[in-house]
Amino acid sequence: MTAVAEVPAAAESSRPVAVRRRKRVRPARVVLHVFLTVTALVWLVPLVWAVYTSLRTFADTSQHGYFSLATALTFENYENAWEQAGLPHYFLNSVIITVPAVLLTLLFSASVAFFVSRFNFKVNLFLLMLFTAGNLLPPQVIITPLFRMYLLIPLPDWLSNGSGLMYNSFFGVIMIHVAFQSGFCTFVLSNYMKTIPHELTEAALVDGASVFRQFWQIILPLCRPAFAALATLLTIWIYNDFFWGLVLFQTGADRPITSAISSLQGQYFSNQNLIAAGALLTAIPTLAIYLALQRQFVSGLTLGANKG
Amino acid sequence: MTVITDAAENVAGAGVPGSGRVRRLTGRDKIVLGLMVGIPTLLHVVLVWVPTLVSVLLSFTRWDGIGGLATIKFIGVQNYSTMFTVSPTFWPAVQHNVIWLVFFVLLPTPFGVFLAYQLDKSIRFTRFYQTAIFLPVVISAAVTGFIWQTIYDPDNGLVNSILGTNKPGGTYIEWLGNSHLNLWAVLVAASWKQAAYIMILYLAGLKGADPSLREAAALDGASEWQTFMRVTFPALKPINIIILVVTIIESLRAFDLVYVVAGTNGTKPGLELLSILIANNILGESSLVGYGSALAVVLLVISLAPILSYVFQTFRKEQQS
Repeated sequence: MTAVAEVPAAAESSRPVAVRRRKRVRPARVVLHVFLTVTALVWLVPLVWAVYTSLRTFADTSQHGYFSLATALTFENYENAWEQAGLPHYFLNSVIITVPAVLLTLLFSASVAFFVSRFNFKVNLFLLMLFTAGNLLPPQVIITPLFRMYLLIPLPDWLSNGSGLMYNSFFGVIMIHVAFQSGFCTFVLSNYMKTIPHELTEAALVDGASVFRQFWQIILPLCRPAFAALATLLTIWIYNDFFWGLVLFQTGADRPITSAISSLQGQYFSNQNLIAAGALLTAIPTLAIYLALQRQFVSGLTLGANKG
Repeated sequence: MTVITDAAENVAGAGVPGSGRVRRLTGRDKIVLGLMVGIPTLLHVVLVWVPTLVSVLLSFTRWDGIGGLATIKFIGVQNYSTMFTVSPTFWPAVQHNVIWLVFFVLLPTPFGVFLAYQLDKSIRFTRFYQTAIFLPVVISAAVTGFIWQTIYDPDNGLVNSILGTNKPGGTYIEWLGNSHLNLWAVLVAASWKQAAYIMILYLAGLKGADPSLREAAALDGASEWQTFMRVTFPALKPINIIILVVTIIESLRAFDLVYVVAGTNGTKPGLELLSILIANNILGESSLVGYGSALAVVLLVISLAPILSYVFQTFRKEQQS
């Protein structure tokens, strides 16, 4: 690794190796740090600008313009966005959708992954291809018939939050999330389960453990790291969903926060300060999850990417 | 390993005599396994693949969605001929999707790869750089749209404020309103996410690569550019394919960000995309189920190329083994 790191310096100066070994600040390194720092700061500009806008009062910005030094910084816009637009209600909708969707996706994907990775059935490869390909389809390809299907499928009231249909129900949105996301998760989990030694389940099999016990008591506990990574990733993905929440609910009131925010813009968020505050409030949960569980999130992404 | 394989083969080809060392799956085990794979597969097929196929069927019909299923009328390829010849929005949408894809392939994706390559060197503060650049990926595309609206707003936005093009009497630059500009403005915002996403994916690939290859190339006196082009890049073929597929799929899926910045009804001249046209057929007042399905079939056909090549590439190895 260090040898690679020294390549730029080696290319520029023709000094002997012994000199390069010493810890010195190399010009190429400085250039690299300057470049990365500038990039990182440029990448932060939109967020910082939104935060800055959201912390200023409307009176201040309408008098001095947005591109000016703030006379005062307050959380007023956040309070207003939170209360006027009734954000807690939409956050609750998001929780009602996201939590069951993540848990069900993990359970279903783990079941299928167990099947395809621990047994040698002929259908395994086809199943994996089906799930993986399905996960890659753009959602818009299926929305027209899906929307019609959801309008035709009746649901009991307790499942449909009163609408009597798959359409307009939390259940319907949860199901499409599970159906879509289980493609990616099955792929990742089956690769993960393949790395678990067969001797473990073999021993259980000899002891007479049922298939379900092998799954539940041996394989699942061993997949904990993969579950943690995928759960983090899925929570952010599903919470961030805009499309299903927009199309599969008729009215804004039932929508999760990410989808609801576009209709709230016209109704409640009348100025830039409020829009910025509302947008950032919506982003806070995912930002918090990412900053707290960065390792899990990144490894979730890379679990899928590494096993090509 | 072989023991289990044998046992499983016995199940697959029922009746074939096994090694006898491991007992076969019991009837109850088979039922449990059947349910474990059956329920998720059924859900996936019913909600993803059945609508895909129904989309193809419906694209040859006319239906306003109001009457029952009996009012669906078969009209042949009329939806397609309307789409290709009459529709004022179809070709612009295709064009914008192509621009989107080419832009992504040329700018944010290579930039993300470049960032990953730089960050993979053992340097200080790498965690800070990665965290800062990666933040846009965890923010939803919808919220990204709102954040960039505060940047592009003609009166109060950051860009016009810096350029001084928001002064009274001056010429406003309508970044999101001008149909010649708005696609590019949106692409910049989308690249903010895309480059970061590619960076993290590629970084994962680089971490998994064998560092001795690069070290050997460096010892042989290869320049950094040569090392990357001739050694690192070819060695990372699997991740390169994933990057390419992700780039294509993300270009075809582009929706949220555009829908948000396009305003209340989700369409603005200059910002038509296939995904937007399809959604508007459902969200809008006129619901043309057949026509919307025909649009979806076009999107499907385009998507199948990267999807199938990815799936076959990924699973070919396993098929051989």
